[in-house]
Amino acid sequence: MKKEIPLLITFIAGMVMILQFFIPHRPFSDLQQLFNTWFLIITVFAMILGLGNLFKVHTKRLQRRPKGWWYSIVLLAGFAIMFTVGMVWGPARGTPFDYLFWNVHIPMSSMMFALLAFFVASASYRAFRARTPEATLLLVSAILVMIGRVPLGNYIWDKLPLIGDWIMSYPNMAGQRAIMIGIALGIVSTSLRIILGIERTYLSGK
Amino acid sequence: MPNNVKQFLIVYPISPLCQALVKNAIFILTSRLMCILLFDMLLILMLMVGINVEAFDTPNESSKILSSSELPAPPTEVLVKDKPNDAGGSIIVTWGKSADDVEENELVKEYRVFRSGALDGEFELIGTANKGFEKFVDGTTIDGTQYYYMVKASDGVVHSQSAVSEAVSSSAQWFHTGRISMLVATVIICFLILWFIGKAKKGEKLYIRPIAGLEAVDDAVGRATEMGKPIMYIPGIADMDDIQTIASVIILGRVARKAAQYETPLLVPCCRSIVMSAAQETVKEAYIAAGRSDAYDADKIRYLTDDQFGYAAGVDGMMLRVKPGAIFYMGCFYAESLILAETGHSTGAIQIAGTAMPSQLPFFITACDYTLIGEELFAASAYLSREPLLLGSLKGQDMGKAILIAILIGGVILVSLGFTKIIALLATG
Repeated sequence: MKKEIPLLITFIAGMVMILQFFIPHRPFSDLQQLFNTWFLIITVFAMILGLGNLFKVHTKRLQRRPKGWWYSIVLLAGFAIMFTVGMVWGPARGTPFDYLFWNVHIPMSSMMFALLAFFVASASYRAFRARTPEATLLLVSAILVMIGRVPLGNYIWDKLPLIGDWIMSYPNMAGQRAIMIGIALGIVSTSLRIILGIERTYLSGK
Repeated sequence: MPNNVKQFLIVYPISPLCQALVKNAIFILTSRLMCILLFDMLLILMLMVGINVEAFDTPNESSKILSSSELPAPPTEVLVKDKPNDAGGSIIVTWGKSADDVEENELVKEYRVFRSGALDGEFELIGTANKGFEKFVDGTTIDGTQYYYMVKASDGVVHSQSAVSEAVSSSAQWFHTGRISMLVATVIICFLILWFIGKAKKGEKLYIRPIAGLEAVDDAVGRATEMGKPIMYIPGIADMDDIQTIASVIILGRVARKAAQYETPLLVPCCRSIVMSAAQETVKEAYIAAGRSDAYDADKIRYLTDDQFGYAAGVDGMMLRVKPGAIFYMGCFYAESLILAETGHSTGAIQIAGTAMPSQLPFFITACDYTLIGEELFAASAYLSREPLLLGSLKGQDMGKAILIAILIGGVILVSLGFTKIIALLATG
């Protein structure tokens, strides 16, 4: 029964979601929203699991003192501060929670995002080394698209933006659509395997 | 002075001041009455020539002197129909644009849609549509109730109204007719998958094309084991309601079993609590299946944060501290993909990625040693397990793709030859 009940729930939920896609009539039309609401409720309760895990892992780290254990102090202190100011003053505009969110959290997130520029540069440098015919093709296409998208390209030759657009609209779009079709088929196949209970790895590892 | 007023003054003698006041009051009243009468006559005249009197509803508007030339031309051909393929409660109203609805003309600024429950009943405003639009969806109807619609072209002050539409009522449909082609495609693909699963059940050997990224999974785990370093598995940043995350957790089960067999530590930092919970169960079961339940450590499958870049920072930190021998990126990724993959690359780990996010694939291809492109992510579980039933589904999926390729080629040829009806046949709504 440990496996059969989850499999039955999966089968019913899967079939209902397929039916609601083709049947617009109520109650089917409302089921997706209903299931999403249920999922959100479960997610909120699961947050407790996540927080519990976070505390457990970092409390253990503080006890065992492995390399870099002081990062756990920063994490737990950050959590305690945000939790306290949030509970005491609330999250409204102008509160300490709001101040910390906009002046600590957001700048740090932006900093991580900004690192992407440097990573793009280093990854592009490796990818665009023309060592193979495919890499050479990638290099030439990338140069044409990049130059075609800036005013300099138009200044050099007014056909460069058109070439860049053509590469994006035809070869690139065709490749993306081919990938999308493959993905759609993969999703159908995986969903069918799960709904019919053929794929059970997530249940028992078998 | 009227005679009856003179009589009134004779019968009721009052002071000259009062007499003057009474005379003035009577004069003012008489003048106002005449003004009102004149105004009413003007309104009746305007109604007769078709000018909309709503323009005089407010004091500001009433002060505006209008001529019929300032009125916009009314909308034409108001057509109404029940919104198809919905759960009811919606009616589509369409109309022909006013002749004054042109870019250089300010006579039409918007269309106002009115509705009534009876042809001669009171019409109430239910919504507006901007200039240039010819459609409005009324999503506030009650199924089975008849409605009449009327559209007014308006410049914000004066309006000209269309004729009243025919009666219409909304209803819910039991089948989405715009999705017939999808239903047919789904049935065919499901049939093919089930057909090949059946063949696999009978013991027929099925050929599956080699996938380099999946062939390398064993090598990656083996390499990490030889180096004495842990394996890091990153299941993406989406929650369990994303099919990519489900596929990722399934692959995690396969990787975990190999890690358990090789006795290599497996780290799984998670971005979502539910994913962490599912990953813990999957890894635990994999360790049990490999006979190494004692080696399972729940703390190695840990929750970091729901925040996208907070998660990226946390995983980057872990990578740089533990220097894993192999890193797997399987699931749904967004902008953090390159941040993670480049940091992983800097640690010297062998990296295998798989995602169905087309925009992130170039980053993984650039920064990782192997990349599972789109469908290969979903094929990974079957490929790694080599279980006949799962391989059968994979074969069916490949056959479905072959059919789609044939339809694409056939469609291109037919459309090029002028058989454009094929487009409508395959279109979805």
